[in-house]
Amino acid sequence: MISIKNVSKWYGAFQVLKDCSTEIQKGEVVVVCGPSGSGKSTLIKCVNALEPFQQGDIVVNGISVADAKTNLPRLRARVGMVFQHFELFPHMTITENLTIAQTKVLGRSKEEATQKGLKLLDRVGLKAHADKYPGQLSGGQQQRVAIARALSMDPICMLFDEPTSALDPEMINEVLDVMVELAHEGMTMMVVTHEMGFARKVAHRVIFMDQGRIVEDAKKEEFFGTPRSERAQLFLSKILHH
Amino acid sequence: MYEYDWSSIPGALPYLWEGMKVSLEITFVAIVAGIVWGTLLAMMRLSNLGPLSWFAAGYVNLFRSVPLVMVLLWFFLIVPQFLRAVLGLDPTTDTRLASAMVGFALFEAAYYSEIIRAGIQSVPKGQVAAAYALGMTYGQAMRLVILPQAFRNMVPLLLTQAIILFQDTSLVYVSALADFFGAAYKVGERDGRLVELLLFAGAVYFVICYSASYVVKRLHQGNGS
Amino acid sequence: MNYNWNWGIFLAQVPTGETTYLGWLLSGLQMTVMLSLSAWVLALALGSIVGVLRTVPVKWLAGFAAAYVELFRNIPLLVQLFIWYFVLPEILPGGTAFKQINPVAQQFLASMVCLAFFTSARVAEQVRAGINSLPRGQKNAGLALGFTLPQTYRHVMVPMAFRIIVPPLTSEFLNIFKNSAVCSTIGLLELAAQGRQLVDYTAQAYESFIAVTVLYLLINMVVMAVMRQVEKRTRVPGYIGAK
Repeated sequence: MISIKNVSKWYGAFQVLKDCSTEIQKGEVVVVCGPSGSGKSTLIKCVNALEPFQQGDIVVNGISVADAKTNLPRLRARVGMVFQHFELFPHMTITENLTIAQTKVLGRSKEEATQKGLKLLDRVGLKAHADKYPGQLSGGQQQRVAIARALSMDPICMLFDEPTSALDPEMINEVLDVMVELAHEGMTMMVVTHEMGFARKVAHRVIFMDQGRIVEDAKKEEFFGTPRSERAQLFLSKILHH
Repeated sequence: MYEYDWSSIPGALPYLWEGMKVSLEITFVAIVAGIVWGTLLAMMRLSNLGPLSWFAAGYVNLFRSVPLVMVLLWFFLIVPQFLRAVLGLDPTTDTRLASAMVGFALFEAAYYSEIIRAGIQSVPKGQVAAAYALGMTYGQAMRLVILPQAFRNMVPLLLTQAIILFQDTSLVYVSALADFFGAAYKVGERDGRLVELLLFAGAVYFVICYSASYVVKRLHQGNGS
Repeated sequence: MNYNWNWGIFLAQVPTGETTYLGWLLSGLQMTVMLSLSAWVLALALGSIVGVLRTVPVKWLAGFAAAYVELFRNIPLLVQLFIWYFVLPEILPGGTAFKQINPVAQQFLASMVCLAFFTSARVAEQVRAGINSLPRGQKNAGLALGFTLPQTYRHVMVPMAFRIIVPPLTSEFLNIFKNSAVCSTIGLLELAAQGRQLVDYTAQAYESFIAVTVLYLLINMVVMAVMRQVEKRTRVPGYIGAK
């Protein structure tokens, strides 16, 4: 589904990604973790070309992201993305947030889009808030709406960029629950997160990044059982001890 | 097609320079007086004394609501009469430059005071508390702690306002005072070369103001803000 | 000072007899309002386009927009007005046609275009600041949903940016009324010019200037009241200031 081949990226002289390669199969849930500044957020943004890269290629569902001829909006419309800071559109109601891309990008009718949006809103447990504005919801609620917004486009896979790290602790679980449910339904997911509980519960594989490199790419059991690299061990011990 | 003839400019340069000196003089006086009076207005506005605060608010709002052209007309009307009445000046004395300076200074003070007020308010409240906790009086806290920080924050804005003020001085044209623009216009009319002189004046203003705002921008970036 | 106050002057007939001096003031007021409003509409349109262009990731477009802003910000309004009115009709191909239309229309058109371009550069700076104040993620979120860049601007960034910049736009809107007084210098009979004309005809300088000043204050109050409504209407529920 997603294949990342030898991707390197520089900001000026500074190399943020160093020859990263991995594959994500259909239906697979892959958690990407690593210390801050390790390049994990940059890597996930490369998958739908929000960040350009200078070397290598990423192929999503048979379409090359780096190819200049690729219709990027079309590709992105099929790849759902959830951001650290939710990024709901503050000047639109929740319903409008859920329908705007469906109507303007996919060309769905307003009725169809609204119906679909409300169904997904119900699924994340927020139907009562349909007419509110994002600023009137809590962080956890906003992030659930953001997930519903991404799902409303019928994505073939979902990218999560630290979806819980801007949330107050008591709101993290309501978002993770939605993500777990999604994983159980067989959604292909690439998730940048530090939530190791989530990784243990639903991930198939865990990728560990450090200083722009993919240091470890292993089945979940292997990763949590015996991480091969010292840095991953250190990272895990730091993360799991609180 | 229009045939340009720039030949009247070189000979007129000394006269244009005289005009530029008038523009710069007005700008300089208005900046200095405007900042001093503007600081006082800002402090009055922020003070707890009702009447002082109301006076400052009324002053600032009045001057900011009225076109500069109108303010200048007012001062060309009032200042000469005032000077004659108070100082007993000869009615034939040319008071236009003095009127322009007073008008610009009082007008700009309203704008400067708003910049300075915002600057004072941008200093965290904790700084006042800390100054008081060290036993400083209100005056000491303002002079030693708040204003130095506030002025540092607002230097770019004050300079930008100075550039705007320099551009605005061209409006003394309404009193037929020969500032740089007035001089250029007069030469243009005299020689029938208005097109060239106006374009020249525009270019000179552009070069000066663009360079000045470039310097301000660099200064601002240099400050690390 | 021995000044003869005479507030009745406004009801006196003007020398030509077709109206009162108050009538002159009101026609000046009307001209100021018409001029400022039409220039504002144009300035808003031009400024929005230029402001958006300043933020686009296309170098030559952003460069063009930056040059536009610098040009109109660094030349005094009065000089710009004289260039529009005295210079451009001489040196531009369509100039002769312009010089043949009714003189009042010439003054009005030159004033309107001048105020519009002058103000558009300032509007553009506000629009740019508004767009730049949005979290970077907003643009990414639009793109990630499959919007093209123009769509992202149209549906996501510009609507929000405009809501954020209502207060600074209010002050630009007020400025355009004040700046319109400069147009009295080319003979357009707007409010300030009518005030001076009153002084010339009646020698009641104080009454005339007070009346004109009061009318400007009135304009100011009306504009502020209108913009307060606009601000109320465009306020985004639950949104706490952008910074």
